[in-house]
Amino acid sequence: MTAALRANAIAAAGLVGVAGECALCDPRGVLYFPDIGLLCVSDLHLEKGSSIARRGALIPPYDTAATLARLAEAVAAYQPKIVVSLGDSFHDGWGAERLPVPFRDTLEALMAGRDWFWVTGNHDPDAPADLPGETVGELAVGALRFRHEPSRDGAEGEVAGHLHPCARIVQRGRSVRRRCFAGDGARMIMPAFGAYTGSLNVLDRAYHGLFDRARLMAYMLGADRVFAMPGSMLRPG
Amino acid sequence: MTAEPRPTDVNAAAHLPEPFVRWFATKGWAPRAHQLELLARSQAGCSTLLIAPTGAGKTLAGFLPSLTELAVLPKRKPGERHRGIHTLYISPLKALAVDIERNLGKPVEEIGLPISIETRTGDTPAHKRQRQKLSPPDILLTTPEQLALLIAGSDAKRFFEDLRYVIFDELHSLVTSKRGHLLSLGLARLRTFKPDLRAIGLSATVAEPDELRRWLVGQRISLLEGEMPGRAERVASEGTTRKRPGTPALTSAAAFGGASPSRGEGNLAGLVTVAGGAKPDISILDSEQRVPWAGHSARYAVPEIYDQISRHRTTLLFVNTRSQAELLFQELWRVNEESLPIALHHGSLDVGQRRRVEKAMADNALRAIVATSTLDLGIDWGDVDLVVHVGAPKGASRLAQRIGRANHRMDEPSKAILIPANRFEVLECRAALDANYLGAQDTPPLLAGSLDVLVQHVLGTACAAPFNADQLYEEVTGAAPYAGLDRASFDRVVDFVATGGYALKSYERYARIRKTKEGLWRVTHPRIAQQYRLNIGTIVEMPELNVRYVRSGRVAGYGGRVLGKVEEYFAETLRPGDNFLFAGKVLRFEGIRENECIVSSGGTSAQIIVPSYAGGKFPLSTYLADQVRGMLADPGRWQALPEQVADWLRLQKEKSMLPKRGDLLVETFPRNDRHFMVCYPFEGRLAHQTLGMLLTRRLERVGARPLGFVATDYSLAVWALDDMGALFSAGKPSLGQLFDEDMLGDDLEEWLNDSWMLKRMFRNCAVISGLIEKKFPGQEKTGRQVTVSADLIYDVLRSHEPDHILLQATRADASAGLLDVGRLADMLSRIKGRIVHKPLEHISPLAVPVMLEIGRETVNGGANESLLMEASDLIAEAMGKAAGDETPARNGPVVALHGTAPKAGRGERKGIGTADYGRRSVRSK
Repeated sequence: MTAALRANAIAAAGLVGVAGECALCDPRGVLYFPDIGLLCVSDLHLEKGSSIARRGALIPPYDTAATLARLAEAVAAYQPKIVVSLGDSFHDGWGAERLPVPFRDTLEALMAGRDWFWVTGNHDPDAPADLPGETVGELAVGALRFRHEPSRDGAEGEVAGHLHPCARIVQRGRSVRRRCFAGDGARMIMPAFGAYTGSLNVLDRAYHGLFDRARLMAYMLGADRVFAMPGSMLRPG
Repeated sequence: MTAEPRPTDVNAAAHLPEPFVRWFATKGWAPRAHQLELLARSQAGCSTLLIAPTGAGKTLAGFLPSLTELAVLPKRKPGERHRGIHTLYISPLKALAVDIERNLGKPVEEIGLPISIETRTGDTPAHKRQRQKLSPPDILLTTPEQLALLIAGSDAKRFFEDLRYVIFDELHSLVTSKRGHLLSLGLARLRTFKPDLRAIGLSATVAEPDELRRWLVGQRISLLEGEMPGRAERVASEGTTRKRPGTPALTSAAAFGGASPSRGEGNLAGLVTVAGGAKPDISILDSEQRVPWAGHSARYAVPEIYDQISRHRTTLLFVNTRSQAELLFQELWRVNEESLPIALHHGSLDVGQRRRVEKAMADNALRAIVATSTLDLGIDWGDVDLVVHVGAPKGASRLAQRIGRANHRMDEPSKAILIPANRFEVLECRAALDANYLGAQDTPPLLAGSLDVLVQHVLGTACAAPFNADQLYEEVTGAAPYAGLDRASFDRVVDFVATGGYALKSYERYARIRKTKEGLWRVTHPRIAQQYRLNIGTIVEMPELNVRYVRSGRVAGYGGRVLGKVEEYFAETLRPGDNFLFAGKVLRFEGIRENECIVSSGGTSAQIIVPSYAGGKFPLSTYLADQVRGMLADPGRWQALPEQVADWLRLQKEKSMLPKRGDLLVETFPRNDRHFMVCYPFEGRLAHQTLGMLLTRRLERVGARPLGFVATDYSLAVWALDDMGALFSAGKPSLGQLFDEDMLGDDLEEWLNDSWMLKRMFRNCAVISGLIEKKFPGQEKTGRQVTVSADLIYDVLRSHEPDHILLQATRADASAGLLDVGRLADMLSRIKGRIVHKPLEHISPLAVPVMLEIGRETVNGGANESLLMEASDLIAEAMGKAAGDETPARNGPVVALHGTAPKAGRGERKGIGTADYGRRSVRSK
């Protein structure tokens, strides 16, 4: 119990460095750069529910609402000047067209008064239909490079998504798996933000070669704080 | 519809064709009275339930009406169309269907009947199924899942057009689950195809035969004359069995009733009962050894068990869980000096291996088989002359079933020995033994039909042919479990099948079924039917991994034997190099590769882990619990107990007290800087766990600072920082307040919503209702993918549409099944004003068993966050910060502003590497 009490005293968000730039890993799954006033969110996968429903599995159509509500919270908390949506913002190329009017209104209200960048992803290679904001393949801000898929070279300063990282630890014979930010100081891979997005363990071979393993940290998302775990604590699966 | 012929008419009416009479005569047998009675009733067109003990010729009785009818049917002339299925036989187990094929084939051959008998199960090859559709056998032996598939076929109506009989074997075990719900809907469908269909139920002795009798026949109101009592009952029971649409989430204990939908009158099938055969010869092992206080392994008795095995021809050893089976098997071989052939059989083992064991058993090549419930039902193989039951039998009827295994001749007594694994189990075994002699039987009460199962059935109906909703509602309410279903709920189910049934109507264009101009619901795309067929069934397995055996060190090596399956969550807690017990071997865990758990030959490490399985834990039945309480309260009955157990109770009486039969004893005592409360409800582990969760919430609210709890089948222990005894004595709160029934209101609701158990139940409902697919054509999802997405869907659905029909179904399941809320509610109401508080200085003898479980059992609550905190604390400690150091820089390397790397990484690893993380269910030898 004392452990829990002590842990509570610690700041909820983990502060990290990405290529010398200070950033804040928010437990909601967004990354905020206070010096730039930039908020980054990745893999929103909006309209995933309706995308799957098209193929016959009628899962609840509330994922867009849930995702946007959480995003609105984060935007309200940081009031960023710049927002970067790091690709796979919509689950498929027609997602923006299907976006029901109330959700479109919510989204546009969030975008109003800020610079908003849609980085293209493999699920949404084109600009979202009829939405404001600038669509880019990649974005450079100072030493930082925002792109959807992590590149095999040029790790320094890269902020990417695509892989939906999660991390798993085993404590007291029980396993805890959470979405996480994964970084080694040079590169940062963002957790997927969408309500229906799954996740892939950072130790999976898909991440091979992306991190300096000795420096890998997973910032696991808790209910109201982030838990920083060194790579040596993590388990596959 | 089911006018009962008087038994006297019946025997006269039974018509046994000449070849049968001759066959009985050559065998030197006479047809038994119940066989003739069932035949006469069937010939008179009635549906009947036959209740008979094992060995009474139940199978032959069930098939005699079909066989005699088929015997006199004219032969098919060349050019004439093939006759359809005449008799459908449904059994809960594939193996049982295969077994019946063997047993039935013999008399058919001997009598010389031109009858074709075939099985159709999940194992039947596609070409054979195809052929069966074209030229069906006279008698088809199959399982509930296959029936669901057959009636969802577009040719269903034609396939069943000649159907005359449907026989349900082991009906008592078929009806108690969701499988039973699906099966009841299938029967209702068959009845629509063939209104004159006769249903025959075969069952072991049950406490409430009327429930099964209702199940067998149509319950449609419109067919009852005028205002039958059934109708009044129907209306009255609605409120307690199923939530009405639109009402908020469960708020009262009444909503958790979960009892049979219509306890009152209704249509009943006829009943033929055969009185029990010879009384079984059952004893409790009076061990020379000391019976342990706690635990389930019964290791102390292994030499005595072995001795019994060597003195009998074939011994069947039953245990309650797969982990117990593994342990016992291992222990028996340890003392197996004569190398007797002893085998292991449980549901997680590879099918091939199970079949080999079954075959060896049929050939009488084995001296003993350690088994779990996979061998539970009435399969008669081999020449078993002794049944040993290790651990408490948990329910009296379960015991009767298992003992029926020995010596399948009803006139000779079966021989059985009970081996209690701990002292409470001694009491339970004694109670079970008394119950068996008294002939008392208990099976769980039948539950109202689940909505997720109905969803599956409605879609299946549409896959076969477009349906009219009014007619389908009539049909569905004809099935006993759904007799109380109101029309509004039914319509919501149809809506769910069509578009997901969401308040947000955005899926109209993706509808799976749509209403045509003629008012019929029709599937919108052939793909829907294809997907449906792949996802049919109600058994949703825990995500499991194959256990593949490779040579040591060859993790990446392919090939190697599959030994069976372990549940994923168990495999996840293993670390490479860990040793665990499986398939009777000590295995070394090498790693997880895709959906396989790779193992090699185990080392000699002292620490061996036994996998635990979420399934296979049976709660103590209400009846036995009451018997055990009665025994505790009555020192006169202690004479029947082993001396050491009686001593234990005497000591309890001296040091603390023994509760009266209807009372609840609550002891409080301090121990190791903590304060304990132990109570003894005897309501089974599930109910106790739920109680533990709710009590700790309450204790937390009154500031008692509870730290944890542990539950067994018999008692519950809660520990806290504050002196709970003092709080109770001061009435802050009083025990009456603490145990007040209102805990089943908001407290339960709040806890449930966040509970992992509800998510697990939701996953089941989501799969059964087809929201999430088990399989896609050509692609099988792994359990993990299903789990993840179901959890995400649950979270989203709960926050956006908490009254959705699938969440209703989930809550109903949780309260009835995993949480045993109904039982807890009964207990809380029973003990009102009868709670006895005994403050003690020291632990009492009765409290020892549950106290020994502390640390062995983990409570899987919402403690995930605290595990993460603990892990990050370990990091801090490893970095050399003193415990209690509050500086936020504790996760220093993380905070390194503008820094690039957590410098202390190496140090952390070193520190953490030596830390002991603790382990669940570690056993040292």
